[in-house]
Amino acid sequence: MNRPSWRRLLATVAPGAFWLVVFSLLPTLLILYASFLQRGPHGWLSGPLTLANYARFFGISSSGFDPLYLNILGRSFLLGVVTTVAVVLLGYPFAFFIARSRHKNLLLLLVVLPFWTNFLIRVYAWIVIFQRRGVINAFLSYLHLPTLHLYPSWTAVYVGTIYTYLPFLILPLYASVEKVDWTLLEAAYDLGAGRVRGFWHAVFPQTLPGLVAGVLLVFIPALGTFVISDLLGAGKAILIGNVIQQQFGGSRDWAFGSAAAFVLMALVLLGLWLYARRAGESGMGELL
Amino acid sequence: MEQRRLFKGKRTRTPVGDAIVRLSGVSKRYAGGTLALNDVSFEVRAGEFFSLLGPSGCGKTTLLRILAGFEEPDSGRVEIAGADARGLPPYRRPVNMVFQNYALFPHMNVFANVAFGLRMKQVPEDELRQRVAWALELVDIEQLAQRRPHELSGGQRQRVALARALVNEPEVLLLDEPLGALDYKLRKQLQVELMNLQEELGITFVYVTHDQEEALVMSDRIAVMRAGRIEQLDFPEAIYERPATAFVAQFLGTSNLIQAAYAGERLLQTPLGKLRVARPVKIGERYLISIRPEKIRLSREPIHHENTVRVRVDDIIYTGAENQYLLEAAGTELVAYTLNSDIQEPGFEEFDYDEYVYAHLPAENLVVIDEPA
Amino acid sequence: MSGRRLLTLHGVLVLLFLYLPIAVIVVLSFNASKYGVQWHGFTLKWYAALLGHARIHGYVTNSLIIATSSTLIATILGTLLALGIHRYRFFGRGGLLFLLYVPVVIPDIVMGVSLLLFFAWAQNYLRALHLGLGTVIVAHVTFQIAYVTLVVKSRLAGLDPSLEEAAADLGATSWRRFWKVTFPLVWPGIAAAALLAFTLSLDDFVITFFTAGPGSTTLPIYIYSSVKRGVTPEVHAVSTLMILVTTLALLGVQRASNRR
Repeated sequence: MNRPSWRRLLATVAPGAFWLVVFSLLPTLLILYASFLQRGPHGWLSGPLTLANYARFFGISSSGFDPLYLNILGRSFLLGVVTTVAVVLLGYPFAFFIARSRHKNLLLLLVVLPFWTNFLIRVYAWIVIFQRRGVINAFLSYLHLPTLHLYPSWTAVYVGTIYTYLPFLILPLYASVEKVDWTLLEAAYDLGAGRVRGFWHAVFPQTLPGLVAGVLLVFIPALGTFVISDLLGAGKAILIGNVIQQQFGGSRDWAFGSAAAFVLMALVLLGLWLYARRAGESGMGELL
Repeated sequence: MEQRRLFKGKRTRTPVGDAIVRLSGVSKRYAGGTLALNDVSFEVRAGEFFSLLGPSGCGKTTLLRILAGFEEPDSGRVEIAGADARGLPPYRRPVNMVFQNYALFPHMNVFANVAFGLRMKQVPEDELRQRVAWALELVDIEQLAQRRPHELSGGQRQRVALARALVNEPEVLLLDEPLGALDYKLRKQLQVELMNLQEELGITFVYVTHDQEEALVMSDRIAVMRAGRIEQLDFPEAIYERPATAFVAQFLGTSNLIQAAYAGERLLQTPLGKLRVARPVKIGERYLISIRPEKIRLSREPIHHENTVRVRVDDIIYTGAENQYLLEAAGTELVAYTLNSDIQEPGFEEFDYDEYVYAHLPAENLVVIDEPA
Repeated sequence: MSGRRLLTLHGVLVLLFLYLPIAVIVVLSFNASKYGVQWHGFTLKWYAALLGHARIHGYVTNSLIIATSSTLIATILGTLLALGIHRYRFFGRGGLLFLLYVPVVIPDIVMGVSLLLFFAWAQNYLRALHLGLGTVIVAHVTFQIAYVTLVVKSRLAGLDPSLEEAAADLGATSWRRFWKVTFPLVWPGIAAAALLAFTLSLDDFVITFFTAGPGSTTLPIYIYSSVKRGVTPEVHAVSTLMILVTTLALLGVQRASNRR
């Protein structure tokens, strides 16, 4: 590795670094700063510095404890966890299905296609499926069965989230599964392991890097989503993302919105920091 | 060495036999703190095939990379073709390198790979074509000029790498384990070709290898390295026959090493008894005696009364060309090889397990090594 | 049932799950009925309506302008950044790597609102960066840089370092080493990174939603507001066309990479 000359550093790193500092670091710091301000006249921010936004978020006020926003955060967390578990149950065997199939490339393409199809279209499709006179109810009434109320609902939000993020798990996981050294499984059988223990000790650990990357790629956006709950919950399913969006949109309390955004970001960065401490720079690279 | 046959009969600049590479007091420490080279000094003479031999991590590759200009020494002086090489970037040194993994440019065909150095020097297109053709012919791959590296076998890639370096007519050609990735037969064949090529062209070769046999076969002189230092620098025969240290004795071929102490002017006391040696030894010093397995003569009846030890045959390993005997006497193990020839020399005998036989250790074949305190 | 068959059955069910919604949209785009999912016969009238829909043309143009210019900027900046990070050790390198991962890992909405706040602040105090096409492009470049840098960096890391050494040994100065050896070998990585950046930009809704202003509505923003208002069948047609474009692009990329 070279000791760089200033000129070369300036020519390569400086423009990009400058961009990131101005348009990524600075806005993040601004969010942190704004979260300690208050709503000013005309909806803009004003001083003095206060902890009121965080107090409000965590439900601490003179009139006692109000867990409104903590409940919402909890709901987002629940959505993230349930989605992750469901996506792993669906996606883990599927990655093996691709890896062991004769039509690997075709199957991979079939997973990549929904992945690259516009996310709004994919969410919207579930409205068409779930709505009062949608696909499911049309099918039910064709069978002369009573119709169901599926949209808007939390069920729709959960299904939509799971559907949206399933490819995010399968793709990195497949990259790991494809590289699995199956002779290890044979070695485990040879040493007396049964099917379950053989898989658990010889194959599962090899898929762990892809699994962890996939889980992060599902959990983090699911935690922060506001579009899916907005569309499939039609304003009735409120998540942390919706709170942030509303504060920066209709209700225009940017200070409180900043506090909510900062809490969300802090949670994500904390989780990633714990992961990065274990995996290092290369592990973070797996995320791509 | 007579006429040199570079492109159109040109000659390298340094006269044969003069020092073309001169290192004095070269040291290099890596960022991690490991001392890769520890005060290394030696000279390579123009026109010779010079090998740096040693186990991995001994500093031989670092030394080669310093000559190429990829690394700068922390201290010491490096001269190449009479000029101080300090601060001279790789692209301005009169040396070229054949890389261990060949480092052929995958996006260029063979012709473009070989032409690369000439293009960098802006050699006119006409001359460039002639010189590339000359280099390809030299290593016998004219017909591969349009191929891409990934369409070539290991041996062919090796030849391209060689042509790509030689076409620039370097003062010194640096080779970093160039045959390491090839199978045994191909390696043997290319060893011969490399030697012929070196002799024909008269270009100085500095050849890094960990393969002692390769070094012994090919080199004019060998520097055996260990832990950043040169243990011994000499002709191959000298290194094999008269190892200067226990490390050299064991690294090159197999050696029996026997602890010894003064017992008389040319006599040493060992666990096997008193052994007569060819050079005078001093009172109070400790020594190691080294003897090659093929130099030990085995017989059922004692032939000599001096330097003869009664030993038990512990194990016999048949390796085709020879029989290897593992022998034991007074808690000391010895290895002896006997040739497995149809035309058996007088006195040839085969021995059995657990048989007691006489091992004669001729004084002229005992190498006495001073053991550092 | 054997494990193998169970795996296949599971695989088929997952594929059905993945493709049911897409199939629904594609089928409905050819349905003559304006409301509901009852099949009222095959029609191309929604596609015909799209052709005459000047506003949608504007949204497509906006999406393409944003994607093209942001990809160009991000690819140049990201490639240079990857080169610098790959080659040099310097003060702040670790911090820079962290900054690179931030746009990749934090939720889109956080990045969207922080950029909105930043642009509003710049507008208030610097009288610059009014919300519009420009701010959307800046926002897109910001997340694209991260992806481009990481893709190009991993390509550089896969490069045999002795290739550059060989070029130096054969007389190439650092400038020529870059153009003759490094760049041609990293080029596929740069192209892949640019393609990724372009697609991410075309596809982005959340960050655009917060940083767009009047006159910078993109196709995803249009789809969102149509869905919010109650969908018109034109949205089915637009969506189907977008799915078609994605499919063709993916097939193109796969064929190109197979030929390699």
